[in-house]
Amino acid sequence: MVLRKSLADLSYPRVRVLDVSAAEPLIAAHGLVKRFGDFTAVAGIDVDVRAGEAFGFLGPNGAGKSSTMRMIGCVSAPSGGTLRILGMDPVRDGPAIRARLGVCPQQDSLDQDITVRENLTVYARYFGISRRQARQRADELLEFVQLTERANDKVEPLSGGMKRRLTIARALVNDPAIVLLDEPTTGLDPQARHLVWERLFQLKQRGVTLVLTTHYMDEAEQLCDRLVVMDGGRIGAEGSPRQLIERYATREVVELRFSDATLDSYLGKLEGIGERLELLPDRILLYADDGDLAVAAVHERQLRPSSVLVRRSTLEDVFLHLTGRTLVD
Amino acid sequence: MVTLVLPRLAARAEQRFQRAAAVTGRNVTAARHFGYWWVLVSGFFEPVLYLLSIGVGVGALIKSFTLPDGRVIPYAAFVAPAMLAASAMNGALAETTMNFFGKMKYLRLYDGVLATPVKPFEIALGELMWALVRGSIYSVAFLGLMVAMGLTSAGWALVALPATVIVGLAFGGMGMAIATYVRSWQDFDYIMVVQFALFLFSGTFAPAGSYPLVMQIVVQLTPLYHGVELLRGLTTGVLGWGLLGHTAYLIAFASIGLAIASRRMAVLLYK
Amino acid sequence: MAHPTYAVFEHQLVSYRRVWRGSVLSSFLLPVLFLLAMGLTVGGYVDRGGGLGVRYLDFIAPGLLASTALQVAAGEATWPVHAGFVWHRMYHGMRATPVRIPDMVRGHIMYILLRVALSAVGFLVVMALFGAVHSAWAPAALPVAVLVGLATAAPIFAYSATISTDGMFAVLFRFAVVPMTLFAGVFFPVDSLPLAARALAYVSPLWHGVELTRAATLGTPTAWGGWAHVSFLVMWSVAGYLLAVHRFSRRLAD
Ligand SMILES: Nc1ncnc2c1ncn2[C@@H]1O[C@H](COP(=O)(O)OP(=O)(O)OP(=O)(O)O)[C@@H](O)[C@H]1O
Ligand SMILES: [Mg+2]
Repeated sequence: MVLRKSLADLSYPRVRVLDVSAAEPLIAAHGLVKRFGDFTAVAGIDVDVRAGEAFGFLGPNGAGKSSTMRMIGCVSAPSGGTLRILGMDPVRDGPAIRARLGVCPQQDSLDQDITVRENLTVYARYFGISRRQARQRADELLEFVQLTERANDKVEPLSGGMKRRLTIARALVNDPAIVLLDEPTTGLDPQARHLVWERLFQLKQRGVTLVLTTHYMDEAEQLCDRLVVMDGGRIGAEGSPRQLIERYATREVVELRFSDATLDSYLGKLEGIGERLELLPDRILLYADDGDLAVAAVHERQLRPSSVLVRRSTLEDVFLHLTGRTLVD
Repeated sequence: MVTLVLPRLAARAEQRFQRAAAVTGRNVTAARHFGYWWVLVSGFFEPVLYLLSIGVGVGALIKSFTLPDGRVIPYAAFVAPAMLAASAMNGALAETTMNFFGKMKYLRLYDGVLATPVKPFEIALGELMWALVRGSIYSVAFLGLMVAMGLTSAGWALVALPATVIVGLAFGGMGMAIATYVRSWQDFDYIMVVQFALFLFSGTFAPAGSYPLVMQIVVQLTPLYHGVELLRGLTTGVLGWGLLGHTAYLIAFASIGLAIASRRMAVLLYK
Repeated sequence: MAHPTYAVFEHQLVSYRRVWRGSVLSSFLLPVLFLLAMGLTVGGYVDRGGGLGVRYLDFIAPGLLASTALQVAAGEATWPVHAGFVWHRMYHGMRATPVRIPDMVRGHIMYILLRVALSAVGFLVVMALFGAVHSAWAPAALPVAVLVGLATAAPIFAYSATISTDGMFAVLFRFAVVPMTLFAGVFFPVDSLPLAARALAYVSPLWHGVELTRAATLGTPTAWGGWAHVSFLVMWSVAGYLLAVHRFSRRLAD
């Protein structure tokens, strides 16, 4: 009940919030750097996240996504650059900012000693929410993430997907303006992933600003209005999923596999078909706006691939183009 | 000016306290679960068992017990306040070393808490308050037992209770500071040895005055000695200016511990 | 190929190499500190009374030796066993090999007995240095210590395999291990206990161990005769072992 009401509250001033965002984004990072000793995990990134948008960091392991998220969550001090969140300084105003953030860290940090429901009520108290309100809020959120039946169970026996949903519910307990989600669905089965996506989508619809990291293309395409591709602590490209695909890939891709000889011997033979070729350990990707035409051209040259697949290009292709590497190993 | 600043300071202090209380509240919630409750209850028995074994059992072998100042008291009345102090120490250290370390490193409990407006100092304070709540329950029960056994009077027991909180505070603050330096569970072996040595050699079972001279000096530097002397003075009703000195020592010890702990926690947790 | 029991034993030894420093402290230094605190300082007051017939230090030293065996056995048969089921799930790993459940229990207990024996040797040497050894039978205290280790480790194994949270170890220590240490004749003769408490002391494995050890280092007779005490300890060992194997099978069945 309260959840619905508060969400209505959130969606009502949305137009106004968007006006304000023109003046100052909710999150503004310029030349943001994070160093651990000599090692630079985040090497000067510029990011602006506007109110009501779903913003994604896409990148492989070690790209610096979590390091960035921890700085935005005000639990890790930037080593350089400027960072402002909700118009405040994360180092000085940490508590005030955190009061309005919801955080779903990469690794669940649920309290194993207490029940599912108590995890929410206890957490709410850290935000100064009254006991009565905390209980009410917990029940609504359990409903929201479909854990009502497990309310009085301990956390440990929950499945990975349930724990993840509980962590997400916990991140919403203070009715945050911004929700930070570090790899919200990694390790979940497809069904659990879809449930989480659906819930995040609902949040987005209600005007909550989402910032998430992922190394799943489909997740980024599903959820993000805008994203940056990160690798080695730097941002390689920025835009909406569609824009990025248009800019860094063709409309379609042909995946060719050959059973004989080494793949690179085919590179020369395929030269000139489509716009660009990409060699992977097990296949060759052929980028072309019309995949079927390209396949015809391949056959014309008397090449006999063992399998041919024509598909629409995705963020995976964007990433491959930008870094020369595949994203998920 | 003052009228403006004071309410603001008070409001900030209240907010701090509320956040610390939320950390304490988490422990109360956890304590309500069945297994934990047993652990809490069983904690009361340890000092009682020591009192009965050493104070009464061994006490029966001691025909007459004369303190260095010439007073003669039952051996059990001598040992009881020491067990009270030791139990305040053990209770505070159990919560603030092992449990605190486990919550920080293994359960990663505070990673979640730090994402909220709660600050490291408030976490430290909240955990310390919990340790004191738990320790005070034990102290009340133990003092009750002492009164029942005729080892102190009800009046002195009431006076001794706040003193046990000070002892708990001293060890709780330092325990937390130490826990932030612990690398793995194996390190607790060392902490335990030190704790046990304090337990045995703080004028606990024999007057510190009967130790060899070098040891007397060392013992007087350690906190449990001051806790034992303070509580012994109060429960046997022998007052002196020295008790103020013991109290001051313990409070200083607590403040230093708490200051180190919150600074170290910020370093460890805000990576 | 080595016997699976021995393989389990060896596995434990490998982990011991990483933690031996801390364990030397707790399994050797603690009893020595106890001996100093009680024997020397409190001993001064007790000896003035003279009710025991021997120096107080000589009286408690053998008691502490037996109780050291209990402490080491209890320490090693609790958290490490729980860890094997819950934290690093070593036993589950072993079950996927030809190792049988009795092998797990025996191999692990063998390792604990080795630890007990090492601590006992150390403590006996310290006793000799303090002049607390008064009989040529003193070396017999070592097998007694090992037997006490077995008679306590085995039933505690069963307990550890039964409980679900490690918090319950605090309960075991406070309601069994500590009371035994304090009331089973280590610090004062059990005769002065009220009847019910004395009966509990008689049932406890530690009291029998204390009697045997004291006889060995002081050359005095035991309360019930040597073989009675030994039989009692063997009974605890066998019953504990059978129960432990049973509880292990139950725990690893699901
Ligand atoms: N506390 C730390 N101390 C030292 N190095 C760190 C620390 N945290 C992260 N790093 C390093 O910084 C780099 C970026 O790590 P980060 O966790 O931000 O990557 P990520 O993009 O989140 O990767 P993943 O997809 O694996 O979660 C890595 O090389 C990592 O080893
Ligand atoms: Mg990460």
